[in-house]
Amino acid sequence: MAYRQVDAVVIGAGAGGGVVAKELAIAGMTVVLLERGRWVTPFDCRKDDLRNQRTSFLGASFGPDDDRHPRVFVDRQGRERVVRPSDSPYSNNAACVGGGTASYGAMAWRYMAEDFRMKSKYGALEGSTLDDWPIAYDDLEPFYEKAEYEIGVSGNVEPDPFKAPRRKKLPMPPLAPTREHEILKPVAKRLGWHPFDIPMLRNSVPYNHRGPCMRCRWCVGFACEVNAKNGTQNTVIPTALATRSCELRTDCMVKEIATGDNGRATGVTYFDARGRVQTQPARMVVVCGGAIETARLLLNTKHRLYPNGMGNRYDWVGRNLQGHAYPKAVGLFDFDTYDDVGPGAGIAICDFNHGNPGLRGGAMLANEFIRLPIHYVGTLPPGMPRWGQAHKDYMRRFYRRSIAVMGPVQEMPLFDARVQLDPRVRDAWDIPVARLSGARHPHSVEIARYVVTKAELWLKEAGAIQTWTQVPGLDLSGGQHQAGTCRMGNDPKTSVVDRNCRVHDVDNVYLADASVHVTNGGFNPALTILANAYRVSEQIVKERRRA
Amino acid sequence: MKNSSRRCFLLTGTALAAAGCGERKGPWRALAQDEVRTLDALCDQLIPADQDPGAHATGVIVYIDRQLAGPYRRHLETYRAGLAKTKRLFEQTPDRLAVCRRLEEEERPFFDLVLAHAMQGYYGNPRHGGNREYASWRMLGVPVTQVRGRNLYDLRKDGA
Ligand SMILES: Cc1cc2nc3c(=O)[nH]c(=O)nc-3n(C[C@H](O)[C@H](O)[C@H](O)COP(=O)(O)OP(=O)(O)OC[C@H]3O[C@@H](n4cnc5c(N)ncnc54)[C@H](O)[C@@H]3O)c2cc1C
Ligand code: SF4
Repeated sequence: MAYRQVDAVVIGAGAGGGVVAKELAIAGMTVVLLERGRWVTPFDCRKDDLRNQRTSFLGASFGPDDDRHPRVFVDRQGRERVVRPSDSPYSNNAACVGGGTASYGAMAWRYMAEDFRMKSKYGALEGSTLDDWPIAYDDLEPFYEKAEYEIGVSGNVEPDPFKAPRRKKLPMPPLAPTREHEILKPVAKRLGWHPFDIPMLRNSVPYNHRGPCMRCRWCVGFACEVNAKNGTQNTVIPTALATRSCELRTDCMVKEIATGDNGRATGVTYFDARGRVQTQPARMVVVCGGAIETARLLLNTKHRLYPNGMGNRYDWVGRNLQGHAYPKAVGLFDFDTYDDVGPGAGIAICDFNHGNPGLRGGAMLANEFIRLPIHYVGTLPPGMPRWGQAHKDYMRRFYRRSIAVMGPVQEMPLFDARVQLDPRVRDAWDIPVARLSGARHPHSVEIARYVVTKAELWLKEAGAIQTWTQVPGLDLSGGQHQAGTCRMGNDPKTSVVDRNCRVHDVDNVYLADASVHVTNGGFNPALTILANAYRVSEQIVKERRRA
Repeated sequence: MKNSSRRCFLLTGTALAAAGCGERKGPWRALAQDEVRTLDALCDQLIPADQDPGAHATGVIVYIDRQLAGPYRRHLETYRAGLAKTKRLFEQTPDRLAVCRRLEEEERPFFDLVLAHAMQGYYGNPRHGGNREYASWRMLGVPVTQVRGRNLYDLRKDGA
């Protein structure tokens, strides 16, 4: 069966893709949204601590499956191996309707104004491709607001003096504080810091016709069984489908962008749920597969005019893979800190995102996302045995008497931290897979070492009887905060897309996911991805009206 | 007894159910009976019984065996080789703790796998075969109603 041409094909129903599909559909465009994963509903919420998106020992329950989606990982010593989604070097995010937003922790950060001009603020850094975004915070501000109101954010950022200017308050109040929050808040103030309630894409009160969070503690990595966690799967995607001008096809694995003689896109080629090759003709294509898969898809789209992949004339596709370096400080207490109240993280400070002496940036610091017994097994002070009686005693004594503070350190991008196509390994559809290689910049580790001292100080000041820190090393970053592989910029020689996220050289292909981030802020990235997708959609609709 | 009746329950449906509960030859999905015995003893050193049950009594071995027939199939060979050596060492000395230390040093990849999997079986959700009767969660003081709020949730109210 041949499909009729539509105005736009959107690849990937995640954070970026969900927003784009909805915005184009309500503007009257015909849209096909293709997603390689399935629908996940609140009824699929299994609360399985060994098989979820955060802890995937037994598999990644929000996809992709281990059997059909290998990647190749090359370590810093140059040793390569095939990895599967449940292995951590795979850098998995998700594969389902909603993408990462179906199971995420739902922190909803706006980046700070400085985060968009890192090079201007700090100057070039040896060995790093650190640069400014071609857009400023102000260009994104209205779209941050739109994301906060349409998808739904609770919290209270008013006490944060470091935040960039905003016109409106968040649409929902914060959830009531947990015990950890109550312990940490006065301490932060005493230290002269500015603690506040983390903005969260989570209902604290009824919103968007759905109820509030029931504080279940099984949040990050899981679906929300009362549908109080807001992602694209329960907001913009249903809205898009309700217009009847958007069709969602799940279990569809896109192989490449179909192209005409002149190098423009004519649609996409994909494998449907039954493994048959299909072509969906379209006037334009918007790629939102997540930073690693979007790069892979462009590299797999070859043409006489761009034999090394679409948008890759200057070899920038797949470069600058980054995520966040996550240092962590843990404190043990001689009183109970645990109250079994979800969602987990609730309190944060932004005192150390910038202005750290001699360092280019920093991180927001917050209390830990989630602590189930299995997570605590490896949270051990230096010298604590990993097994045996001592380990069991430790678990029994401190599981309920411990707090961790951590933060996503903004990373210095590296040209050689990259996604390539593996020359040998192919997935179940015989498509060449992503090959990940490179390292983390030493300066990112240096920043992590510094901010973790603040996290530790916070815990000490709170009365911890023992504290220690864990700082990530130089291994390649990426993971659930993966970004940067198809940088946005004004110069086609040093970027993949222009400021409107249109691929340089191919005027009907746009990207609208984390791949376009130049740098990734000292924050979790989802709200920025959502906001930028709104911005890109507006450009697309404007262009179309003009044409 | 609770334990043995549960074992019986696990047996039914397997090809070897006929072996019955008394003489278990191969109720296991991935491992052989003597491998199970060795692994069980090893795990019980990693998570010993004290005032709270240890690995043996909570079905850690059931967890590992099940996963070795499922998602951890790829580790079966490492287990086989590691367990053969463990068995030899156990036969040489009654000091099982010493054997563990030696394995940790000499057979690190195998030891680390067993350790990780034993912890998953002991501290993870019982649905996968381990943590029988939520023993570890009770020990830690974690409510066994897995998801707080399920009983208390009122859809009409704010999430206070
Ligand atoms: C457990 C977890 C916790 C997180 N917590 C937070 C948090 O608290 N705050 C925050 O800001 N961020 C968080 N994140 C990260 C956040 O979810 C991601 O940054 C975000 O979803 C990325 O958006 P994206 O549009 O780039 O890609 P995704 O949301 O990953 O969407 C990409 C989609 O494209 C699909 N796709 C890819 N390739 C193809 C193809 N070839 N054919 C068809 N479909 C394809 C994928 O299946 C996927 O559904 C978390 C993520 C996870 C997994
Ligand atoms: S903590 Fe709240 S939002 Fe998260 S899964 Fe539980 S009920 Fe849903």
